[in-house]
Amino acid sequence: MLISNKIRVRMADLKVGKENDVLITSGLGSCVGLTLYDSSNKIGGMAHIMLPEFPSNRKQGKPEKYADTAIDILIEELRKVGANIRNLEAKMAGGAQMFNFSTSNDRIRIGVRNIEAVETILKRKRIPIIGAEVGENYGRTMELYNNTGEVIIKTVKQDDRIL
Amino acid sequence: MKDIDGKLAKLGPIQLDALREVASIGAGNAATSLSEMLNDKIQMKVPKVNILPIDQVPEIMGGADNLIAAILVRIKGDINGGVLFTLGNNSANKLISLLIGEEVNIEKNIGELEESALKEVANILTGSNLNAFSQMLNIRIMPDVPALAHDMAGAILEVAFIEIGQIGDYALVIETEILGNLEVNGQFFIIPDPESLDFMLKRLGVDVD
Repeated sequence: MLISNKIRVRMADLKVGKENDVLITSGLGSCVGLTLYDSSNKIGGMAHIMLPEFPSNRKQGKPEKYADTAIDILIEELRKVGANIRNLEAKMAGGAQMFNFSTSNDRIRIGVRNIEAVETILKRKRIPIIGAEVGENYGRTMELYNNTGEVIIKTVKQDDRIL
Repeated sequence: MKDIDGKLAKLGPIQLDALREVASIGAGNAATSLSEMLNDKIQMKVPKVNILPIDQVPEIMGGADNLIAAILVRIKGDINGGVLFTLGNNSANKLISLLIGEEVNIEKNIGELEESALKEVANILTGSNLNAFSQMLNIRIMPDVPALAHDMAGAILEVAFIEIGQIGDYALVIETEILGNLEVNGQFFIIPDPESLDFMLKRLGVDVD
C-alpha cells in the first residue's frame, strides 16, 4: 500500500509531484486549477491561476498568478523532475462566477476569461485538455492523484466528480 | 489597473490606524442595527487591518474549504469597491431562524425565503456600516443590490478580492467581527478599489503621496 504525500497548492502558486504525491488546491472560485500529467512517468503538476495574463506594464509580480506565465513555469518544473513534455495531458477546474449580480458587468467575468486564457495557451502548446469541470457558480477543490492521474473535484453541494 | 502593491507598500501604522478607526465606527453602527433587529446584545471586536500576501486571503476564515454564507454589496459613488458580510454556517442558520421564526439548516436546503432574509439583513447592516463611512468622510456612497453565495470560504474570498480589484501580490484586508449572545457571529470586509483607497486616505488626512 502506498502512503500518499499531500501537497497543498495555494492561490497564485504551483507545485509538481511524483507517483506517491497528491496535489490539492482548495476553494477555487473564479480562479482556474490546472493539472498537467505525464502518465508514462506518473509525474504531474498543478497550478492555481488567478488571472489571464501577466500585465505588460508591470515589471515585477508573481508569475505563478497569471495563466500565460504560470503554464510556462509549470511545464519547466515538470521537465526538471523528469516528465516527458510530449506526454502531458491537461485537466482543469474552476472559473466560476460565485456572485450573481442582477446588474452584472461583463468586464468583471474573470472566471470566464481565465478559462479562455488557459484553453488558448494549451491549444497553442498542443497540450490536450482531457477533462474539465468549469464555469457555473460554485466553488471547487481539486485533487490530482499522481499514481493514477485521476483528478477529483469536490464541491459543497454536489457529489464528487472524477476527471 | 494601477499598481496596488506599490500603494500598499507605502501604508504605515498611521494609515492603518486611520482605516481601523473608520472600520470600527462603521461596524459599530452595523452592530447597533443588528442588535435592534435581534433584540440581543451585539459586541464588536477591534477591527483587524492587515496587508496580507494574496495567497493567504482564501484562508482568512479558518480554512478555504469551510462552508460559509456571504453577501457581497458593491458600492459606487465617491468610493468604489465592495463590502462583504460573511457568516459561518451555524451563525447563518441561527440568524435566519431568528428572523423567520423557524428552524433552518441551509446546508441541506437554502430556499428563496432564507436567501432573501440573509440579503435583507446584509443590506441593512451594510447600509448602516456605510452610513458611518459617508458621514465621517463626507462622501457619497451608493450600495448596489446584494448578491449571495453559500459556498467554500476560499472561493468566496478569492472572488470578492479579485473582482473588486485588489489583484496585486498583496491585499489590504479590513476585517471586523461582530458577535452576539445568540451565537450570531459575522465578519465585515471592507474592500475599496485601489483608487478609492487613495481617496479615503486623503479624506482621512493621512494620504501617502
